[in-house]
Parts: sequence; structure tokens; C-alpha cells
Amino acid sequence: MFQDKNARITETRNWGNYFLLRMSAPQIAREARPGQFLMIRVSSSLNPLLRRPLSIHNCTATEIEIFFQVTGEGTRLLSKKNTGEELDVMGPCGCGFSLKPEFKDREIFCVGGGRGLAPLFFLARELQAAGARPVIFYGGQTLSDLPLKNRLEEAGWEINFSTDDGSYGFTGLVTQLVEQELRKRKPAFLFGCGPEGMMARLADICQLSNLGAEFSLESIMGCGLGACWGCVRKIKKGSEIKYHRICQDGPVFQAEEIVWSGD
Amino acid sequence: MVDLSVDLGFLKLKNPVIAASGTFGYGLEFEPLYDLNLLGGLVVKGLYFKPREGNRPPRLAETPCGLINSIGLQGIGVEAFCREILPRLAGLQTAVIANVCGEEEEEYARVAEYLSRHRGLAALELNISCPNVREGGMCPAQDPEATYRTVKRVKQVSSLPLITKLSPNVTDITAVALAAEEAGSQAVSLVNTFLALALDLESRKPKLGNVLGGLSGPAIKPLALRMVFEVARKVKIPVIGLGGIFSSQDALEFMVAGASAVEVGTANFVNPLACPEIIKGMEDWAESQGLNRLSEIVGSLKV
Repeated sequence: MFQDKNARITETRNWGNYFLLRMSAPQIAREARPGQFLMIRVSSSLNPLLRRPLSIHNCTATEIEIFFQVTGEGTRLLSKKNTGEELDVMGPCGCGFSLKPEFKDREIFCVGGGRGLAPLFFLARELQAAGARPVIFYGGQTLSDLPLKNRLEEAGWEINFSTDDGSYGFTGLVTQLVEQELRKRKPAFLFGCGPEGMMARLADICQLSNLGAEFSLESIMGCGLGACWGCVRKIKKGSEIKYHRICQDGPVFQAEEIVWSGD
Repeated sequence: MVDLSVDLGFLKLKNPVIAASGTFGYGLEFEPLYDLNLLGGLVVKGLYFKPREGNRPPRLAETPCGLINSIGLQGIGVEAFCREILPRLAGLQTAVIANVCGEEEEEYARVAEYLSRHRGLAALELNISCPNVREGGMCPAQDPEATYRTVKRVKQVSSLPLITKLSPNVTDITAVALAAEEAGSQAVSLVNTFLALALDLESRKPKLGNVLGGLSGPAIKPLALRMVFEVARKVKIPVIGLGGIFSSQDALEFMVAGASAVEVGTANFVNPLACPEIIKGMEDWAESQGLNRLSEIVGSLKV
């Protein structure tokens, strides 16, 4: 865990409401694992007060990338940052996705809804490096919700797109597309991140298919360090359901552990 | 070299900056980021006797320059704390202070008595002021008599020095501070959070699962400073000031208003290095003022 107060932005990209920032943060980059996140100060003023938790989207030897959608004041301020500016970044926070040796030579479904694709790019790269075959599912309401389309295609993985309105790829929900594929083949595991309803539905699908899965959850956070207990969520461990900290015990949890908000 | 140390009478701190309860976990959470021995002290998260689940999420709502929380003191309980955490804190060269909670008077006493039997604690902070535990934010610190009874009861069972943490959600905080002093508390710390509400206009629902919460952060600093000033003029025991301290200037202002030491809370979230940076800033300022001892400024407000 490091605090880098001078993470210099080296590249910014923008597609409508979606943004990508690349920054130099060598200590954090060295330790980062897929599924971990950063706590980023979006302004040097005290309003807004709290840091914002953002998934690590990509990571090189010295640089990290975040990919986000503007959803409020914090992300709006972050979207205004330019190349050359410095950010105060703490990380890598939390526990990442579980990469298991038995994934080697097997297909691994990586399912992202909208901005939920953020942590899956880094994950897919690491899966590939470990000899697994990532299969990406990327869903959105319409084509403009799939801004990472080209970037994913360039990476050379198998990618399955879906849009609710049929403007690109499969017409319908990404969960329906996953269900359709699961009738044809059996991956070794599924990783997902996206809207709560999407993940809850995927958890059901995985349970019916007897497929192991992990999901990355989102929450407003106070500290990102496990100190404030502000970001809790009900998690089942064995027969016991308790509040666990998303920042410290997560943000990635096993599908069967998560108590979905609709339950 | 300026002498930063603080003598509270019952406890000597190497500097006046203490990490505040509820914002610093059990202390160890911040260990990866800096050497905890830099701190004047740290107060661990509130401890009930048994583990506690805390309040329904959402537990945090951000407001302009502020944060409303309704954690509800989720925690591991005093037994697990003494077994798993305290031995790891005991080797620190900083004052480790346990924050004592209770559903009723007897639980405060049980927790304090249990903690007193263990080594490694410099003092207890009596948390009679959490607004998130009972309906409508009620707590013993809203009533001088209940404060007196609770402090008195805890003093009967514990020989550790006692700091009583006061609530700002009262008409006259000095009356409560005097009650704590009369009952034998060796210091008071103030203020805990201000009972507050944030709501979503669109859905007309409260932003917090527990409806009400406690407001902290820079938004409350002038209110907290006023209360520290009022209390410090009335009591003879040391006052530990807290409430929205984010910078060394804030911390120094609390000392000038009458605080012998300060606690830093919400700032730990925004800047995890807040405490060591505030200590450094206070030292630099004292040097620039030509002070020999920083504590010379305590209560030096010219009115």
C-alpha cells in the first residue's frame, strides 16, 4: 500500500461520458493485482471531501490506468484532469480476483456491463499471461456504451458484444448472451463486474451451470483501508451472514458469498 | 528543537496529535503507510463487550466539506481486541488508548474492567457520545447526571486514566464536562459528531440506512472550536480538542482555544498521512514563532 501524491497523468482519452486516465505511479504499479482499486483525491480542495475508489483498469511496470464513467461530482472533476497534471493516489487497495493455476489452457469468461468492464481488462491480460484464454463479454445499452470496443479487439481476445437496442453485437442483455454461450461450452470460471442486477443474474446463471464465479462490488467508501467500516455489505461465510468491508475483504467476492440487494 | 511533548498529568505524549477513534480502525490499518510511533497517540475503534454488527448500509453520506456516518460501532468486541490486536499494539512507542462503549452503564464498566486487566493501554476514552447507537441519537453525554453516573461507575472498576468523550448535541456542553470532571474523569475529549441528516430529494429517502448520522469534517470545525473554548475555560482537567482538524493550522487553533492535545479523525480518510503531516506542520510553526515548548500556546487566545 502506497500513497503517491504526484502521480503524473501521461495520457487521457474520452468517449462521451466515459474517460480513461493513464498515470505514472511506479510503486503502486509494481504491487497492483487485477481487481484491486485506487483511492484517488479528485480535488485539492476539501469539497468534495472523500477520495474516490476506482478500479485499476490496466497496469504496466510503472503506470496505471483507470477507466470510468462520469456519474457525479467526483468523477466529473476527475474527467477534467489533463495530461501533465498530478493526482494524489493511494493503492493498491483491497483483494483482487483469484487467479488459479487450474485456469491454464481453459476458457475464462470475463463479463462486464458498462463501466464495469474497468477491472476486467487488467484481469484478461493477466489471465492470458498465465496461459488461460480470456473470453470477454461486454454489454451496454447502446453502442456508445462500449467505448473500449476497439481496444479490446486489438488485444486479440475472443470478444462478445451485446447492446440492449441491438446497435452492436447481440441484441439483448449481456446476461442472456452469457447464458446462450454456456449452452455451447463450459469455461473454467467466470469473473464479472457491472450493475447489481446484472451480477445478481449472472450469479444465478453460474449456480445453475455449476460454474464458479467472482464479482467485483462497488460502494461509497470512507478510507479504503478497512479502518472506517463505512462500505460494508452482507456477505455469507459458511452459514454466517455478516457485514464485511468491501474495501478490505473485497471488492471481489465469490458469487455464493454475496447477499444481493434484491434478496 | 521545539519541545512538542504534552503532559496531561496522567499521561505524557510525545506530541499533541492523537488519531481519533472510529477513523483509525484498530491502528494497524495505517501501519503500511507510516510509522505509528510518530503519533502522540492513537485511539482504537469503539469497543463493546461483544462483537457488534453495526448499522444497515449505506453508512456514509458526503456533504459539503463534511461526512455523515452511521457506522453504529461495528466491531470485534473487547475479548478479540485484547487477544488479537492489543499484543500487536503494545510494542508501539505511542500512547495506545482504547475507546470504551456500552449499551448501558454496566457494559461500560465490564469493558473498562476487562481492558484494565491487560497490559499495553495508556488510557481509556469513554465513548458516551456516539449518536448512532440509540434511537434519535440519544447517548449518556446528553445528560450531566447520566455522564456523572457512567464516569463514576467506570472509575470504580478501572485504574487506567480516563478521558471522557463529549457530545456536541447538547444545549450546554460545559455542564456535561463539569459532571465528568466531578465524577473523576482525568480529561475530556470533544467533540464527537453532530447529529445530522442527508436526504435524496428525487426519491425523498434518507441517504443513510439508519436515517440519521453524525457529521464530521471541516464543516464542523468552527463549532467544535467554540465548544473546546467554552469547556477549557470551565474545567481544570485537560481538554483534548477534535472536530474537523485537517491541517496543522487547525490543530494549533484548537490549542490556542484551550486544548492541551488534539485528535485527528476524518482527515485520516482524505489524507492517510494527515497525522504525521500535521505534527510536522505544528513543529515548523512553533519554530517559526521561536517557541521552546509548543504547549506554551495552550489557552493563549486573547479575548
